[in-house]
Amino acid sequence: MITYIFWLLIAAGLILSIIRIILGPGKEDRVAALDTANVIGTGIILLLAFQFQSPLYLDVALVYAVLGFMETVVIARIMENNKEL
Amino acid sequence: MHTAGQIFILIGTFFMFLGGLGVFRMPDVYNKLQAGTKATTLGFMSIALGVGLSQPQWLVKTLVLIAFISFTNPVSSSVLARAAMKRGIPARKVTKND
Repeated sequence: MITYIFWLLIAAGLILSIIRIILGPGKEDRVAALDTANVIGTGIILLLAFQFQSPLYLDVALVYAVLGFMETVVIARIMENNKEL
Repeated sequence: MHTAGQIFILIGTFFMFLGGLGVFRMPDVYNKLQAGTKATTLGFMSIALGVGLSQPQWLVKTLVLIAFISFTNPVSSSVLARAAMKRGIPARKVTKND
């Protein structure tokens, strides 16, 4: 029964950050909200491992964390280097 | 052990919700970075510890995840703040410089 509360809270966090990605005023706001949404998505994969009692999702969460970090750093470097983008 | 894991996961999901709310509500890029990154770092650590405590044979992988997130999440926040500052994004009017 308490797993409904977990999913409700973490889905509210993900939906709020996705709303900020959609209607953010600047590009930096969108990238900041994308970083937050990536970390919340990694937490959702860990909650899937808890829900289904399957340890395969832990490896998926590790790979997703690495790829989300790479994505944020690469987008920030590209935005820093050419100003008109 | 199972109940302790569920309590940690509840704390973690609550902090994830606070991180999303902070990103949604804060007025500025720098405020959004601060609110989102710190709250989601603590929330992710608590969720991973809770999942590892509920199944103790998973604890090594979740500790690796906690170490990885605690290294990479401040780095990504710092890189984003530096990119926003190099592009000349103004802070809010209330913010004072030293």
